[in-house]
Amino acid sequence: MSNLITGRAGVPFGRQLRAELRKLIDTRAGRWLLIVIFSVMPAVVAGMLIIARPATLTYSQFIDVTSSPERIILPILGILTVTTEWSQRTGLLTFTLEPNRRRVLLAKATATLLLGIAVIAVGFLSAAIGNLLGVALRDGAGDWTFGVGGYRDIVVVLLVGLLQGLAYGMLLLGSAAAIVVYYVVPNLSSLLFTAVSGLKEAASWLDLQKAQAAIYLHDVTAREWAQYATAALIWVVLPGVLGFVRVLRSEIKSG
Amino acid sequence: MTRSGGENAIEVHGLTKRYGRTTAVEDVSFDARWGAITGFLGPNGAGKSTTMRMMVGLASPTAGHATVLGVDYRRLPDPGRQAGVLLDASAQHPGRAGREVLHLAATVLGLPDKRVDEVLTMVGLTPAEARRRTGGYSLGMRQRLGIGHALLGQPRVLILDEPANGLDPAGIHWMRGLLRGFADEGGSVLLSSHLLHEVEVLADDLVVVGGGSIVARGRKSDLLATAGTFCRSADLPGLAAALREAGLAFTRAPGDSLTVSAPPGEVARAAMAAGIVLEELRPAAAGGLEEIFLRLTADHAREDSMEGARR
Repeated sequence: MSNLITGRAGVPFGRQLRAELRKLIDTRAGRWLLIVIFSVMPAVVAGMLIIARPATLTYSQFIDVTSSPERIILPILGILTVTTEWSQRTGLLTFTLEPNRRRVLLAKATATLLLGIAVIAVGFLSAAIGNLLGVALRDGAGDWTFGVGGYRDIVVVLLVGLLQGLAYGMLLLGSAAAIVVYYVVPNLSSLLFTAVSGLKEAASWLDLQKAQAAIYLHDVTAREWAQYATAALIWVVLPGVLGFVRVLRSEIKSG
Repeated sequence: MTRSGGENAIEVHGLTKRYGRTTAVEDVSFDARWGAITGFLGPNGAGKSTTMRMMVGLASPTAGHATVLGVDYRRLPDPGRQAGVLLDASAQHPGRAGREVLHLAATVLGLPDKRVDEVLTMVGLTPAEARRRTGGYSLGMRQRLGIGHALLGQPRVLILDEPANGLDPAGIHWMRGLLRGFADEGGSVLLSSHLLHEVEVLADDLVVVGGGSIVARGRKSDLLATAGTFCRSADLPGLAAALREAGLAFTRAPGDSLTVSAPPGEVARAAMAAGIVLEELRPAAAGGLEEIFLRLTADHAREDSMEGARR
């Protein structure tokens, strides 16, 4: 038996991407997570329709309430996309079918970003429907003012949060550890920067939550973007690079 | 472009893996021929799984390298279509249906849906079983799914780690037929096991590892035919001296007995010359292989119980 092995090593990216998209929805846990993600935004919109004062029922207010759960959920989505391959040991199959781990990670990141964009779109859609219903049902203010810049700011912050989740997932390779670190460490950082008076000025550059808060207020200045970028470099890019290297170098085991 | 698939489907050259100061695999070399089943034998913890992980690029060797179809596994285009790999049938997402596991792999390999159904039929999982989540599967069902996963891309090489684990006797019989057929059609199978008898009937070639190193390697017929004589005497030191006198190599066997690397006639002559009474004299069954294997397994069992005591 003799033949020639020709062609590019590994699997074409498109196929790997399709498989990674499938993995987001083909397990019971994954489906539940998606059901929760997609139902929480209509739920908060409904809540606001019931309890908020009619004068506050505006598009931008609805976007505010829908983006809060997104900010919490998207990073978890990023974390779990990576860590399930280790916690459920499916990495054994994944990285045998495609030994190029770079390409697997890129496919995972692309798949989660696509899902993240869908989630954000549903958020905007829920907010718009909420605003229409506000006018119809409760005689709400119904103001549609929301600049293009606002969309950009929200999309950037949410997707950076998703990437942060991916980064922590790759760095820690365990769901629980990554989720804990994701929630605890930035809070500790904020605490440190608020408590130590000498660090207050540096906080705008080094503390991701503080830098991010400025983006959320919109009308962002160039300086604030620079501060956000610097903080993201420390809290997202750095763990992402370290995690990437860790995945490339780690041994994939069954036990 | 790389020439491949010459005489050997798999070639392993001096693979070594160290974790800190622990050596898990030490200078392991062997080949797996086309059209043959190679049994990779050794007690649990002998380094079989680590060696296999290095062969498919899941672990990087400290030294040495391996080729599959003539190239590094990681350089194969669509590796799942060249080599079918099953390393741990239990490593499955419990919330994913069996069919979906194959479907995902078919997506990665660019195979049509109907290939998934073909494979499910081949490994004997019913449509109802395939729809169930793997969390509820027995180990035997997981092995069938795992073997199906390995066969999905119609590979010409199979690399299977303990595939018979958890299969019932009917399942083992089925797997033997499947792998024999695969090899008879020209494919190459490498399968590991910690049970000699499991692969003795199936393998054409054997590679035996213990403590991370190779202890025996070759055609099964040669290894099993290794001449040897089992003998026993009440005067063991006398017998040992007599054998040394005659220039015969021997090893201590359980009980007051020795295994000698010589035919029974020579042993009898040596004993008679020294006036030693032999109480038992017969060809050692299955040559030295079974004994090597038993000794390895016994060593390992002792280590295990010591570890248990320390815990």
